[in-house]
Parts: sequence; C-alpha cells; structure tokens
Amino acid sequence: MFDFGILTNWIHTQLTSVMSEGLAIFLECVIIGVLLLLLYVIIAIIMIYMERKVCAAFQCRLGPTRVGPWGSVQVICDVFKMLTKEIITIRHSDKFLYNLAPYIVILASVMAFACIPISRGLEILDFNVGVLFFMAASSIGIVGILLAGWSSNSKYSLIGAMRSGAQMISYELSVGLSILTIVVLTDTMQFSEIVMRQADGWFIFKGHIPAVIAFVIYLIAGNAEVNRGPFDLPEAESELTAGYHTEYSGMHFGLFYVAEFVNLFIISSIAATIFLGGWMPLHIPGLDGFNAVMDAIPGFIWFFAKAFFIVWLLMWIKWTFPRLRIDQILTLEWKYLVPIGLLNLLLMVIVVVFKLHF
Amino acid sequence: MINYIKGLFKGLWSLLVGLKVTFREFFTRKITEQYPENRSTLKMNERFCGELTMPHDENGNNRCIACGLCQMACPNGSIRITSEMVTDPDTGKQKKHLVKYEYDLGSCMFCHLCVNACPHHAIEFSTGFEHAVFTRSKLIKTLNKQ
Repeated sequence: MFDFGILTNWIHTQLTSVMSEGLAIFLECVIIGVLLLLLYVIIAIIMIYMERKVCAAFQCRLGPTRVGPWGSVQVICDVFKMLTKEIITIRHSDKFLYNLAPYIVILASVMAFACIPISRGLEILDFNVGVLFFMAASSIGIVGILLAGWSSNSKYSLIGAMRSGAQMISYELSVGLSILTIVVLTDTMQFSEIVMRQADGWFIFKGHIPAVIAFVIYLIAGNAEVNRGPFDLPEAESELTAGYHTEYSGMHFGLFYVAEFVNLFIISSIAATIFLGGWMPLHIPGLDGFNAVMDAIPGFIWFFAKAFFIVWLLMWIKWTFPRLRIDQILTLEWKYLVPIGLLNLLLMVIVVVFKLHF
Repeated sequence: MINYIKGLFKGLWSLLVGLKVTFREFFTRKITEQYPENRSTLKMNERFCGELTMPHDENGNNRCIACGLCQMACPNGSIRITSEMVTDPDTGKQKKHLVKYEYDLGSCMFCHLCVNACPHHAIEFSTGFEHAVFTRSKLIKTLNKQ
C-alpha cells in the first residue's frame, strides 16, 4: 500500500529548505484548501451525473444522452448555466442572513469533507477525536438551513427549514449511536486509526451482528441526515415548492444543491470508512496470494469504489420508496431507530467485553 | 410490544420487496427511444394512434358504406363525409355511396372513437406520427381514393 505521507513529507522538507517553517505551512494550507475545493466540485459534478443516470436506470430510462458522450458534459453545462444566472434579492428578506446561509451550509459540508481519509497519508484533518469533530462540523449545516428558511421571508421556506431542523437534529442521534457502536469496537475516534484497525477484516465482518445492524441504521439515518431519499420532506417539491431554498436563485441555490450532493457523498464515504474499511483493501486472513493482489490496487481506488457503492445503495433507496410524513419520520427515529440503536450499542459492548468479535 | 416487533419486521419485509422490484428494474432493458437516430429502425407500438387511414384493397376499393357513424362519433367534428345516392344496377335499389371522406388531422384528438363506431372496419389508425407540415390546409386529408 503506497503511503502518500512520504510524498507530503517530501514536499514539506523541500518547502522548508527554501523558506521559513511558518510560511511553508501557510503555503501548504493554501494548496490543500484549493485542492480540497477542487475535489469538492469534481465530486459534486460526478455525483449529479451519477444521480441522473442511476435514477434514470431505476425508472427504466436512459438519462442524459445528448450533451457529450453518454451525456457526460451535461452537468458541466448545467454548472455554467447556474453560474450565469442572476442572484435575485428578495425585498423583505433579512439580507445579511439570506446571503450568509448558503455559505454556512457549504462551510459545514467542506469541513466534514476534510475529515475523510482518502488514502494512506491522504488525510487532511486527522486527530484523536476526528469522529467527534466530524459529527460537530456536519451539524453546522442545520444552522445554515434554518437561517435560509427564516431569512427568506417565505412560508414555504420557513416550513421546509423547520421540518429540516426537526428531522436533522433527530437523526443526528442515530448517526451518532451507530458510529459510537463502531467506536466501542475500535476504542479510537481517529479516522486514520479506524481504517488501520481494519487491515485484517472490515468492521462489518469483524463486528458481525451488531455491526450490520449499526450499518443499516447508519444508512437510514444518514439518508435522513442529508435530506434525501424517502426523507426529503424539507424540500418536498409537491407541497413546499422547493423547501428551504425556494427563494434562492443562481449560484446561491447552486451552493445548496452542490452541498446536498456532496453531503450524500460524505455520509457514504464515512460509512465506507467505518464499516467497509475505507481505503483498506479486502483482506482474507490466510489467503496471502489473494491479499497481495488486493494490495496492488491503490487505496484511493478502494475508497472511491466503496464510497460510490454506498452512494448507489442510497440512490436505490431514494428511488424506491415514497416520501414519509413528518410524524412518520419522527416516529421512525424516536420509536424505532433510537431504541434499536441503544440496544445495539449494548449488544456491541457485550460482544467486545466477552471478545465475541473476530 | 408484540405488535411493535411484528410491525417492525413486516415493515422491513415490505421495504425489501420494494427494493427487489426496483433492483430488477435497474437491470432491465431501458425503453427510451432515441428518436432521430433510430428513425429507420423505430418500431411503434401496434395500438399507437398516429393518424386515421382508410385501407384500400388492390382494386382501390374501400369498405366504407358512408353511414356517417364515425362523423357522428367524432367529438371534435374532424370527419366530414360527402355521400350521394346511387341506384344499384343489379337490384335497382337506392344505395348510399361515398364521394369524399375528409379528415382534419389538425383537430383530431386521437380518441379512437371513430374506429370503434365503424361497423365495417373501414377506417383504422396507422402508427405514423410525423405529422408536421408548413400549412394548416395540408392537415385536411381526403382518405378515400377517387
């Protein structure tokens, strides 16, 4: 497995040899920031294209085919269209908060995005309470959505934002509980360390029954967390026009849209990291030849394959089930997922204490 | 409590059934027709109502008896039948004969009621759908051969 840490250390020593340490770190931060945003945009474009194609396939259609080969340039054209559109200011809105809200959503999304370990040595934010930081950073997005709904002075936006607040804050709990189940198994909260512990088997295999239950709960709650799938009632098109971003136009709307898709990717990649081993190849203890072949595939390919597989799973769920009502969503969370999650946590503790895991 | 657990598993089962249906759909052949590209091979569905036609046999005879049922059945008044009374030379009886069968494609709503009304299957819908022309008058067609 190639360690990208060697490359980054080499760049750091080269930079410090020609300039002071502080300047070198500043320069690295700028470069990393630019690369992060670039990756963010690329992921968003891939995700939107994938959404269209996968959704079309589930509905027995072909999806975009006209612009570029297999419609691959379609999304890029859409991005340019979005960039050239006018940003309309609503007359009786709270101008400052109205303009601030999309940036808060994007900020939360980028901060959560930076936590993801893409390959060995390719972690941007990696410290001993990484899981906690990830949960905290991704929760900031709710503030942005509530602000967007409140400041745009529209009943649809406000109802959408309030629903969204109720839903996202509730489902945060289930996401936390299912991640906590895995933290009990690993006894670490550092993402790179969580991945390293899966070298001899992914946690979904090592943790068996409680890990699988936690995985399913995580997928359901994660889907609700990013306002998608059967849980997309904050932006229920048929009843609330577009929910919290009804009054937004141009790139401000684009930021919400992009953040929604990248949040889906973040949720999927965190699921891939903590349940399916992140960039860690599939290892079967005892089969050394097989393991060597698996090791030959670079880590970031493993990571992206797993992440996009989970994205596909979530899209499958989204394009299968009808939307839930607000009371059904809260019932599902508080009467089903949270009790099951708590029992599952207890089960995992028992499994770990009696060393029943592999 | 037992209802809670039963409901939970029943719900899960129904969700899995739904997922199975869409999973199968994901891999079935897609029904999208890429129209201008596949124009030469495009096969329309048999029951598609494209345009009203009156089939003629090899001698140029149609089966229309000019009864006017289709004209009466048409909700839009798209069909206009001109008929005349002729005397049959064999029997000497008066008989209605079709002179002109005018069909206005522009006001047709493809409801298929005229074909249903016809007692002799003299008219039917073809599957042709490329109806665009440059003038309105071209849409008024005479279906019978004269």
